[in-house]
Amino acid sequence: MTDQNKPLLEDVKTSVIRKPTLNLKQIAFDNIVTIIFVVICFFGLILAKQPAAFVMNELVLRIARNSFLVLSLIIPVLAGMGLNFGIVIGAMAGQIALIAVTHWQITGMKGFLLAALISVPFALLFGWLTGKILNKTKGQEMITSMILGFFAMGLYQFLFLFLIGTLIPMDNPVLVLSGGVGIKNTIDLKDGILYALDGIYKTRFFPALAGFSVITAVFSLFKVFRVRKDEIERVRLPKYLMYTVLSLTGIVFSVVVLNSKSLVAMIKFPVATIFSILMLCAFNLFIVRTKLGQDFRTVGQDMHVAKVSGINVDRVRIISIMISTVLAAWGQLIFLQNIGTLNTYGSHEQVGMFAVASILIGGASVNKATIGQAILGTTLFHLMFIISPFAGKNLFGNAQIGEYFRVFVAYGVIGLSLGLHAWKTQIQAKRKQLGEE
Amino acid sequence: MKERFQRFIHQFGLPRLIILSFFLALLVSAYFLKLPLNSLVSDTLVRTGMNGVLVLAMVPGIHSGIGLNFGLPLGIVCGLLGGLVSIEMNLIGINGFIIAILVSLPIAAVIGYLYGLMLNRVKGSEMLVATYVGFSAVSLMNIAWLLLPFHSPEIKWPIGDGLRTTITLTGKYDKLLNNFLDFKIFGVMVPTGLLLFFLAMCLLMFLFLRTRTGVMMSAAGINPKFAAATGIQVDRARIIGTMLSTILGAVGIIVYSQSYGFFQLYQAPMMMGFAAVAAILIGGASSHKATLMHVIIGTFLFQGLLTVSLPVANKIVTEGNLSEIARIIVQNGIILYSLTKVSNGGD
Amino acid sequence: MSEPYVLSMQDIQKDYFGNKVLKGVTINARAGEVHALLGENGAGKSTLMNILFGMPVIHSTGGYGGKIMIDGKEVQIKSPKDAMEHGIGMVHQEFMLIPGFTVTENIKLNREILKSNVVSALFGKSMKTLDRKAMNADARQAIDTLGVDINERQGVSGMPVGYMQFIEIAREIDKKNVRLLVFDEPTAVLTESEADTLLAAMRRICEAGIAILFITHRLEEVMAIARDITILRDGEQVAALEAAHTNVMEIAAMMVGREIEAMHSENRDVTKTPEILMEIKDFKVQMPGEQVKGVSLEVHKGEILGLGGLAGQGKIGIANGIMGLYPSTGTVLFKGEALPSSQPEVILKKGIAFVSEDRRGVGLLLDSSIEDNIVISSMHIHKRYIKKYGPVTQKNTGEIRDHANRMIKDLDIRCTGPEQPSRRLSGGNQQKVCIARALTLNPEILFVSEPTRGIDIGAKKLVLDTLIKLNRDHGMTIVMTSSELAELRSICDRIAIVTEGKIEGVLAPNDSDANFGLMMSGDYGKVIEKGEAIR
Repeated sequence: MTDQNKPLLEDVKTSVIRKPTLNLKQIAFDNIVTIIFVVICFFGLILAKQPAAFVMNELVLRIARNSFLVLSLIIPVLAGMGLNFGIVIGAMAGQIALIAVTHWQITGMKGFLLAALISVPFALLFGWLTGKILNKTKGQEMITSMILGFFAMGLYQFLFLFLIGTLIPMDNPVLVLSGGVGIKNTIDLKDGILYALDGIYKTRFFPALAGFSVITAVFSLFKVFRVRKDEIERVRLPKYLMYTVLSLTGIVFSVVVLNSKSLVAMIKFPVATIFSILMLCAFNLFIVRTKLGQDFRTVGQDMHVAKVSGINVDRVRIISIMISTVLAAWGQLIFLQNIGTLNTYGSHEQVGMFAVASILIGGASVNKATIGQAILGTTLFHLMFIISPFAGKNLFGNAQIGEYFRVFVAYGVIGLSLGLHAWKTQIQAKRKQLGEE
Repeated sequence: MKERFQRFIHQFGLPRLIILSFFLALLVSAYFLKLPLNSLVSDTLVRTGMNGVLVLAMVPGIHSGIGLNFGLPLGIVCGLLGGLVSIEMNLIGINGFIIAILVSLPIAAVIGYLYGLMLNRVKGSEMLVATYVGFSAVSLMNIAWLLLPFHSPEIKWPIGDGLRTTITLTGKYDKLLNNFLDFKIFGVMVPTGLLLFFLAMCLLMFLFLRTRTGVMMSAAGINPKFAAATGIQVDRARIIGTMLSTILGAVGIIVYSQSYGFFQLYQAPMMMGFAAVAAILIGGASSHKATLMHVIIGTFLFQGLLTVSLPVANKIVTEGNLSEIARIIVQNGIILYSLTKVSNGGD
Repeated sequence: MSEPYVLSMQDIQKDYFGNKVLKGVTINARAGEVHALLGENGAGKSTLMNILFGMPVIHSTGGYGGKIMIDGKEVQIKSPKDAMEHGIGMVHQEFMLIPGFTVTENIKLNREILKSNVVSALFGKSMKTLDRKAMNADARQAIDTLGVDINERQGVSGMPVGYMQFIEIAREIDKKNVRLLVFDEPTAVLTESEADTLLAAMRRICEAGIAILFITHRLEEVMAIARDITILRDGEQVAALEAAHTNVMEIAAMMVGREIEAMHSENRDVTKTPEILMEIKDFKVQMPGEQVKGVSLEVHKGEILGLGGLAGQGKIGIANGIMGLYPSTGTVLFKGEALPSSQPEVILKKGIAFVSEDRRGVGLLLDSSIEDNIVISSMHIHKRYIKKYGPVTQKNTGEIRDHANRMIKDLDIRCTGPEQPSRRLSGGNQQKVCIARALTLNPEILFVSEPTRGIDIGAKKLVLDTLIKLNRDHGMTIVMTSSELAELRSICDRIAIVTEGKIEGVLAPNDSDANFGLMMSGDYGKVIEKGEAIR
C-alpha cells in the first residue's frame, strides 16, 4: 500500500520546496516603507544642497550614536512582543546611573563604565516589571509599553524633581536646583563622560569601510557557493547574493572616495563606539543560536504551541524584555556620551519613538526585525534628519518646516508601518479562513 | 459586612475608589491649608464643562467597537481649523462660535470618514495605530500652520511666517458659554451656559443611541458576530462611530478653547486624546463599554483632581510642578490599568 | 486474559458536578497493536483521554474513579507532564506545529540537543547552542520510521496538511520512552492516499513495539488496522470486541443504538407529494471546521427537517452558509427565487430566520436586556418597534415592552423581567430568547442549530416542545441541526445525515440504528456497493 503511494508523495514534495524566485511586486509591497524613504532621502539630498563631506560626517556620527538603541529592539521582536516602546524605561535607568556618577564626579572612561555597571540592576528591575505588565496584556504589548513609558516618565520626574533633596539627600549645587530640591534641567557632561567612548580612538572611516567590506565580501561569496549546492539552503541565495553585491559596492565606493581627494575621504569615526555596536550585533547573532534564542523564536511564533511543549512562556518573555531594557540603558549612555549634555527631563522622551521609527524604516515589522534592517533604518532615518531642515529652507524658505517634517515622518512612519502590518494580518487571517480546504 | 464591602469595591472599581479618596483627601487638605474652596469648586466646574465634550467624544467610538479613540487629535485639529476660519472672518460672539462649529463639522465628518475607513483595515490594533495617526496628524498640521494662508493679524505672527502658537479669543467669543446665565452661590461661580451645553451634548448622544442607527451601531460594537448575523453592516457602523467621535472632538476643542480663552496650535493637541481617554476610564468605562454617566463622573473626578492638586501641591512643595506629575501618573496609570483588564478577558 | 497490557484503564468513572459522563469504562491496550476507540460526539472519548493525560480540567473537578495501570503497575497521572514521563504521547487533531520552523526544529521542539560553549560555562544551560547536526539526524531517524519522504531541514509552512500530520507523529515517536500513542482522528484532514500512508506508518510504529490508541469515526480504517475495538455510547462501554470477530454493520449499530423517546405521537402523512419550500443545489460553504462540500437538499413546506452527523463534518455549515454568514457557492432557491450569497440582511428580509449554534457568541448580546435582544433583529430588518419623527427615529419602548412580555409568557422564559440582562439567564432560557428573536421576524422557515447544546435535560424538552408547537400550531417550517441523533429522531419528519461535507443520505426517524451509524461514519455508500445494506 505504501509503495503504491510513494510517487504521489514525491510529487507533493517537489512542489513544497520553494524555489528562490524574485517576485518584484511582492518585494516592493513588503518593503514599501523603506522604498518611500529612499525616495524621500534622495529628493531631500538634492534639495538640501549640502556638501557631501558634511552630510557623511554627520551621518557617521549619528549612526554611531543611535545604532545601539535601535539594535536593543530586536530581541523582543524575536520573542513576539512587538516593538518595545518601553526602551524609554531602559534609557531612564541609564540616566539614573549617569546622574549618580556625575554626582560622584567620576569622569571619563571610568565614569562611563561605572555608569554602565550601575545601570544594569536598575534596568533589570525595570525590565522585570515591564515584562510582568506586558505578560498581563498579551496581544497589546506595543501600546502598553508605550503608555508604560509615559507612566514611567511621571515617576521619573517625581524622583528627580521631588525626592532628590527631600528623601534622597544630595548636596551638589552643580546638579541640584537652587532651592535644594530637584535636579537641574540640563546637566553638562563636558567635565564628565563626554566622549568617554568616542574619544578613545578615532580613525579614518573609508579605509575601515573598505576593510570591512572586503571581509564581508569574502564571507558572503563563500556562503553563496556553499548555499548554491544545497537544495534547501538555496532559499537563502538571494540574500547572500545581495550581501555580496553590497559589500562589493562598499569596496568600490570606498576606493573611489579615497582616491577622490575630497574632504569626504578624511571623515573619521569613533572606533570604540562602532566596536561596541558590532559586539551587540554579534551578541544578537549568538543569542539566536542558543537554547534561549530558540525559546524566544518559539514563543514569538506561537505562544500556545510553546506552552504546550513545556516552555515557560511568561518567563521567556520577561527575559527578552529585561535584555532589551539593559541594552537600552547602555545605548542611552553611548548616546549621551556623544551628545555631551543630559537633558534630565527630556533626553529619554523621544528615544523609543526614534528607535522604533528607525527600525521600521529599515523594513522591520512587528514580528520580524534583523540587524541589517536596524542599521539600514538608522542610516536612512538620520540622513533624513540631517537634510530635512536644509531641504525645508531651500524649498519653502523656512527651516522650521523641515524640522516639523521630520517629526511628522517619524510619527507617520510608525503609524503607516503598524497600520500596514495590521492590515496584512487581517487579510492573511481572512485568507486562512477561506483557504482552509 | 466584609463581604458587602468587597462587593462594593468590586462594583465601584478599585482605581476609581483610589482616585475618589485621593480627591477627597486633597479637598480636606485644601481646607486645612486654608485654600479658597469656593474658587476651587468653581474651577472644577469650569474645567469639567470645558473638557466634557472631548470626553464625550469617546462614547461613540467605544459603542461602535473601535475602542478608545486615541486618534482624537484628528478631530481636534478640525475644530481648530474651524475656529481659525471664524476668527479670520472677524466674527464676534455667538456668531463666531456657531460659525466655528459649522465650518469644522464638514471637515471633521470627511476626516472622520477616512479615518474610519482606515480603522476598519486595522481591526485589533486600533489603539496603537490610532495613537500614531493622531500624532502624525498633529505634526502634519504643524507644517500646515506654517503654510496656511490666513491673514488676520490675530492669527499670524506679526513678523515672520506662520500662525501664532496661541490665538487669543478676547473680544471674540472668549468665555461665551461660561458667562451665559452664570450665577454665584455660596461663593461658587457656576458656569451655567458651559454646563448646559455639555449636558445638551450628552442628551443628544443619549437620544442618538436610542435611534435605530444608534442601536445598530452599539450592537455592532458590542458583538460584531451577532451584528453580522442580524444583517447589520459592522464596518459601516464603525465608520459612523468614528465620524461622530471625530466631530465631537472638533466641537469639543472649540468649547474648550472658548473657556480657555485661546486656540492653541502646534504641539498642544498632541496629548489631549490621552486626557480624554483617561477621564472616561476614571469614570468607570472600559474599551468596550461606556455610558454617559461614565463621561460625567469621569470628567468631574479627573478635572477636579487636577484642579485641586495644583494649589495643594504648591503649598506643600513650592518647587516644580507636582500637579503636572500627578496628571501624568494618574492619566497613564489608569490607561495602563484598563489595558491589563482588557487582555485578561475580564468584562 | 493474563497477557500484560501496556495500558490498562480499569472501570474509569467520571462525573462533572453530579452529571455522569463516564460510567465504568475499561480499556486494555497491547504492545504493538492498534486499539480502536469508537463513539459519537459526547460519548465520553475526550473525557477519557483527558483522564489519561492528567489534564487540569479533570483534577479541578474532583478527579476520577477507577485505576490506570501501565505495564501492570498502577500509576497516578496528575498532569500532562506525568503522562509524558510514563511514555504516553498524543498526536493532536489540531496541529501543534510552528510554521516558521524547519521540520527538525518542530520535531525537537523544546527538546533541542545542545552543546556547550564559553558563554554557557558562565551563564548556564540556556546559553548553550543548538547542535543542529545531531538534531537533524534524530529527526531523520524518526521520519524514516514512518516511511515518508520529508526533508528534515525544510520549513514547515506551505507543506500539505498530510505532511504536518506526519511531523506531529514523528515528534511523538522521537521521544525515546514512548510506549503508547493516542491518535485523535488523525485521518480527518488527510486525503485518501495520505490516509493509507498513515495507516502503513501506524503499522510500522506498532512493529517497534508501541501501542496505539486510535480514535476515529472511519469504520473501514478500524477494520483494516485495529485488533481490539472499544465502543462508547453516552459514557457507557457498550462493547469490547476483536476486529476479527465483527463487521462494520454491527459496530455502526452499536455506536448509535439507543431507545428513542417518542416525543410526538402523531405520525405525519409523508406519502402525499410535498410542496418544496427551499431547494439547495451543489451548495458549498467555507466555514472553518465545518466545511460544506457540495450539498443538494430539498426542504418541504411544513416539515421539521433534521440535519445530523458527527462534529466537523459540515452539518453546522449548511445553515450558516444559507444565512450568508460564511462565503458560499451553489444555488439556494427559496420559493423558486435564488438567494444571494453572503448577504444576511437580504436573506433575513425574505423571511428566513436563524438561531445560531453559538448562543453566547453569535446568538445574544449578553449584556443587553432580554427585550432588546428580542426586538433588535426586527428593528433592523423590518424597521419595527421604532417611532419616527421626520428623519429621526427613536426606540418605541412601550411597544418593545409589550412584545417582550408576550414572548416571555408565550415561551415561558424564566426571568426577573424584560429588563434583565440576558447574561444572567440559564442556558435554556437564553436559547428561548434567541428563538423569540427569530420569531419576532415572523419567518416562513426557521433554521435552528444545536438548540439543546449545553442546557439541562428539563430545559431541553421545553425547547424541543417549543419547536414542535411552532411547527404544528403555526405551520412553520423548521430545519434543525443537531449533534444529538436521538433528539432529531424524536421530533423530525426526515433526517439528512451530513458526512464529510456532503449529504450521505436522508432517513426516516424510525430507520434502523445500523443505517444511521453507517451514514454517520461515512461507510453507508461503501456497504451499499458491497450489497450488504439492510432495510
